[in-house]
Amino acid sequence: MAVKLFYEALHDGLEEEMQRNKDVLVIGEDVGHYGGSYKVTKGLHEQFGDLRVLDTPICENSFTGMAIGAAMVGLRPVIEGMNMGFLLLAFNQIANNAGMLRYTSGGQFKIPIVIRGPGGVGRQLGAEHSQRLEGYFNNVPGLKIVHTSTVYNAKGLLKSAIRDDNPVLFFEHVLLYNLKEEIPDEEYYVPLDKADVVRSGKDITILTYGRMRYHCLDAVKTLVANDIDPEVIDLISLKPLDMETIVASVKKTHRVIIVEEDMKSGGIGAEVAASIIEQCFDYLDAPVIRLAGKDVPVPYNGRMEETVIPYPKDIVRAVEDMLALRV
Amino acid sequence: MVQEQLAPTKYDPIDRQEALMLYRDIVLGRTFEDMCAQMYYRGKMFGFVHLYNGQEAVSTGFIKQLRPDDYVTSTYRDHVHALSKGVPPRAVMAELFGKATGCSKGRGGSMHLFSAEHNLLGGFAFIGEGIPIALGAAFAAKYRGTDQVSVCFFGDGTTNNGQFFECLNMAVLWKLPILFVVENNLWSIGMQHHRASSVTDIYRKADAFDMPGYLVDGMDTLECRQAAIKAIKRARAGEGPTLLECSTYRFRGHSLADPDELRDPKEKEFWRKQDPIPKLTKFIQEQGLASAAELKLIEQEIRAEVEDAVQFGEDSPEPPVDELYRFQFAEDE
Repeated sequence: MAVKLFYEALHDGLEEEMQRNKDVLVIGEDVGHYGGSYKVTKGLHEQFGDLRVLDTPICENSFTGMAIGAAMVGLRPVIEGMNMGFLLLAFNQIANNAGMLRYTSGGQFKIPIVIRGPGGVGRQLGAEHSQRLEGYFNNVPGLKIVHTSTVYNAKGLLKSAIRDDNPVLFFEHVLLYNLKEEIPDEEYYVPLDKADVVRSGKDITILTYGRMRYHCLDAVKTLVANDIDPEVIDLISLKPLDMETIVASVKKTHRVIIVEEDMKSGGIGAEVAASIIEQCFDYLDAPVIRLAGKDVPVPYNGRMEETVIPYPKDIVRAVEDMLALRV
Repeated sequence: MVQEQLAPTKYDPIDRQEALMLYRDIVLGRTFEDMCAQMYYRGKMFGFVHLYNGQEAVSTGFIKQLRPDDYVTSTYRDHVHALSKGVPPRAVMAELFGKATGCSKGRGGSMHLFSAEHNLLGGFAFIGEGIPIALGAAFAAKYRGTDQVSVCFFGDGTTNNGQFFECLNMAVLWKLPILFVVENNLWSIGMQHHRASSVTDIYRKADAFDMPGYLVDGMDTLECRQAAIKAIKRARAGEGPTLLECSTYRFRGHSLADPDELRDPKEKEFWRKQDPIPKLTKFIQEQGLASAAELKLIEQEIRAEVEDAVQFGEDSPEPPVDELYRFQFAEDE
C-alpha cells in the first residue's frame, strides 16, 4: 500500500495501461510537454514520446474526431479535456460519432476511447469553468458515463475505461485532484458499471456521486449522532445506472434522497428518480427528493456560488424532514 | 508554398486493363444512381437521398488509385464513393432499402454507409464531421508506421467550416498521409459558393497552412486520376497532406427532395456538356484501348449488376425489430 494523491493515481493508471498496450495514447491540450493542467500526464511525454502523448492545437471538436477515427482503426486514445466544459465544443463528435457511429455502421466499428478531465463547480472559476455536463451527455446513446470520487476508484476505473471497447466519458472533479488515500501497490480494476455502497444503513438511502459523496459523508456524521442510520451509495456509473444496487437499497430503506451537483432539470438525479419510480414505487414510503445543483449559470461571487450546490447542512435537514414523515 | 495548377495534358500511362476498370467504375456510379432515383420515386427507398450524378470523375479518379487498405471517408452523398472503394452494389442497394443485408445492416441508410472490410470509414451526414475521422485514420497510419493513406471527400460548403481548417492545420503539423478532396459543385443546397466563401478559390486555402493545393478538373477522370497519383505518392512517402479542389457539378438537385429551382438552366446546360463519362469514353476509344462495342458490353454488364442489386435488395429480409438495441455497444457483435 502507498499513499497517493488523486491525480497521481490517474497518472499511474494511465502509465500502466500505456506500458501494457502500445495502442493506448493520450491526446489533448498541454498533455505532453506541459504535463497536463492538473498534472495527470506529467512525465508521460518523456517516457512515451510525442505521438503517444500528443499535444494538440486548441480545436476540441477536430482532435476529438481524430481520436474517434484513430479508434475506429484500432488505437485506444485517451482524450484529456483540459476542462470538461471545453468538450461542449466537441459535442458533435462525441454525440454523433463516438456515441452513434458503431450503431449506424451495423456494429462494424468499435470506438474504444476514454474522454476524461475535470468538471464540476470549483472555487470561483466562473460559469464556463464550473460546468456540470453529466446531464448534457446523458442523453447521447452509445456512451458509458462514469464519475470518479476517490483515489482508489480513480485509478481502477480509468484502467477499466481504457480496456473497455466502448466510448467512456470519464468525469473527474476539479476540487478532488489533491485527495490523498492509501491504495494497493498491485494492479487492480474497478468495474465501470457498479455503484459503490459507501455506508450501509437502514433508515434512508442517499444516492450521490462525485464530490457530493464527501458532502453526504459529512452529513452522515451529524445524522448518526442523531441516531439516524443512512445508507450512502456512490453511483459511480451514471450511464448505465446500476439499478440492481439502487433498487436493493430502496427495498431496504423505503426512502431516497438524491444528492447531486448536476443541474436539477433533466439531470442525473431526474433519471435516477424516474427509474426508481418505474422499478420500485411500491417500496417507497415517501416521495423521492432531489438535492441538486440549481438551474443557473454558476456565479463568480463566492457567497452566491455556495448556494448553487448542496452542502452537508442541506442534506441533514432534508433527511430529517423526510424521516419526520414516519410519525 | 506556391500554388500550382496541375498540368492536365500529361498523364501517367494507362493500359487497357486500367482504362476498362475506370470505365466500369464510372458507369457503375452513374447507373447505380439513376436506379436509385427510380427506386426512390417507386417508394422503395426513403428519407434523404443525395445522388452523385455529374461528379463521378472524382470518385473514380481518386479512389481507384488507392489500395484496399487505404481509408476513405465520405459525406451524405456517399453511394458512389462506397462503390468505387469496392463495396458491392448489392450491399449498398440493400442498405438503401433498409435491409439486414445492407452494408450498415439497415441501421445506417443512404447517408451512413460503412464497410470495415473495405476501409470505408463512413458516410457522414453532418458537414465536416468526416474530416477529423479520416485524419484519425491517417494519424493511426503514422503512429503504427504503415504507409496507408487516408482520403476524405467533402463539398465546397464544408470549406467554410472549422473542422476543415482545424484538420488542415493538424495534418501539416504532423505531416499526416491524407488527401483533402473538395468536390466543388458550386452549390450548398441553395447557397452559391461565392455567397458563402470569402475566398472562392478553395485550393488557395491550403496556402494558409503551407500545404500544397491544386485546382483539378473534376469533370475529367484522367485529371483526377493524375492529381490522385501525385498526392497519394506524396502522402505514402511521408511528405504530408494535399488539398485538391475538384471543379465539378451535380446534375441533379441537392437531394431527391430538392425541387432544384434556383440553379440557372444555362448553368446546368454548360456543365452537362462536360459530362465526364463521354469524355472518358472518347479518350479510351481515341487511344485505342477498347472499342465502342466493348464499352457497350461493359454498360450492359453494369446494368445487369445494378438490376441484380435491386433484386437482391428486394429479396433481402428486414432486420428483426427485436434487434433494435443490437450494435449499440461493443459487446454486440
